[in-house]
Amino acid sequence: MSADFPLIQARNVARRHPDGRQWLLDHVSLEIRAGARLSISGPSGSGKTLLLRALALLDPLDDGDVSWQGRPVRGNEVPDFRRRVVYLHQRPALIEATVEAALRRPFSLRVHCRRRFDRDRIVGWLEGLRRDASFLGKPVGELSGGESQIAALLRALQLDPAVLLLDEPTAALDPPTVAAVEGLLRNWVEELPDRRATVWVTHHAGQATRVGERIVHIENGRIADANGIP
Amino acid sequence: MRTEYLELDFPQLAIAASLIVICSVISLVLQLGLQRRLLLAALRTVVQLLLVGLVLWWIFAPERSSLFVVGMMGAMTLIAGFAAVDRTGHRYRGIRLDSIISMWASSWLITAVALFAVVQVQRGEQPWYDPQYAIPLLGMILGNTLNGISLGLNRLGEELATKRRHVETLLALGATRWEAARGPIQEAIRTGMIPIINSMMVVGLVSLPGMMTGQLLAGVPPVQAVRYQIVIMFLIAAGTSLGTFSVVLLGYRRMFTADHQFASARLTKRR
Repeated sequence: MSADFPLIQARNVARRHPDGRQWLLDHVSLEIRAGARLSISGPSGSGKTLLLRALALLDPLDDGDVSWQGRPVRGNEVPDFRRRVVYLHQRPALIEATVEAALRRPFSLRVHCRRRFDRDRIVGWLEGLRRDASFLGKPVGELSGGESQIAALLRALQLDPAVLLLDEPTAALDPPTVAAVEGLLRNWVEELPDRRATVWVTHHAGQATRVGERIVHIENGRIADANGIP
Repeated sequence: MRTEYLELDFPQLAIAASLIVICSVISLVLQLGLQRRLLLAALRTVVQLLLVGLVLWWIFAPERSSLFVVGMMGAMTLIAGFAAVDRTGHRYRGIRLDSIISMWASSWLITAVALFAVVQVQRGEQPWYDPQYAIPLLGMILGNTLNGISLGLNRLGEELATKRRHVETLLALGATRWEAARGPIQEAIRTGMIPIINSMMVVGLVSLPGMMTGQLLAGVPPVQAVRYQIVIMFLIAAGTSLGTFSVVLLGYRRMFTADHQFASARLTKRR
């Protein structure tokens, strides 16, 4: 991967309210370089989730564009871009019968067809998160909110993305597991700092400083302070 | 071909109409409160059918030009296209246009096949646009395609609305818009096609189709009436499938952008 360009560069990305002139996301520019661990904080409804979704090109933008390594991503390049940049929903959707079926599902998609489900690798991560292999056999209907978040995180991690866009990924977890997830993701970036990065949306000021070496504060759809200095 | 039948006059209609009393008595005894609606429904049946009889008598008048017949067919198609989206639970901008395009393309294609390849109207002395064939054939195809389009669109909206997070999760994991929408699309098309498949399963066993019954009453030999009905069933099945398929795909194109995004904001719940 080229070091000259940021992995993701968002230029003036904007989203308008569907029935008004008000900007929900007001021309935000942001760079995510390899090795970055970025926190996005801000009050509820300030546009954190919208910014994260914009970075994954999940919504039609009303203005601005998003580039991958210096090139704007458009049309049929988008699925391949999302192979590299995975957005994790705050309340993940798992409709398959078991956790293992949910984890296998992405491999039926065209962008991942060359890869295979690796059970041992998943079990290794599970042990780090204080769970064991029996977790894979659980029916998804019986998962708690926190367990669903773990399943969704592993579903994304196994795809070896470059950037993980995490929307409150530990909101429903107990404190020891929160610490384990934070550690797992820090190590994940530090393993390959020239090709990986995380962007983490969180409500908690403490978590924002733990998981981000840089904090971006969002208020009313705009970046308030990119250095974390009040 | 024997085409004599006993004509019905108004006193005979009145006897049949009096049967509605049975429905009213049931409603009264069980306090269903349906009397007024029953009366209205019975009145509408009489008025609407008498009116359509007049219209058909007018349309079937000899020396109608091809332009006139095609114009009538166009009007029928438009009405069906609008009616198909009348009761859909979720809407999006352009839903009417999608419905009309699908209705038009599927029903006219199938009617053309019916007129020129199956019935072969060109064999007879009448012109191809003879309303005796063109209008009822198109009408039957439209009536059923309307159901397919309506059910298909309704289901597509419902599936996309309820499985929104699932669709978005697939997109976020690198799915193309087609991969993400395939489940809802399949569900929608399947739903649109179920009624016609069901009626093909039981036709003749449970139900005697109205068209066939009508032909039998009018003195058409059973063998011919049955052949016509077989043709109609397949025409209807083809029209319904094509219309449902088309409208669901058009709806899919509206709900998903070329950048593989699910534009869920375009889907609004009907108030």
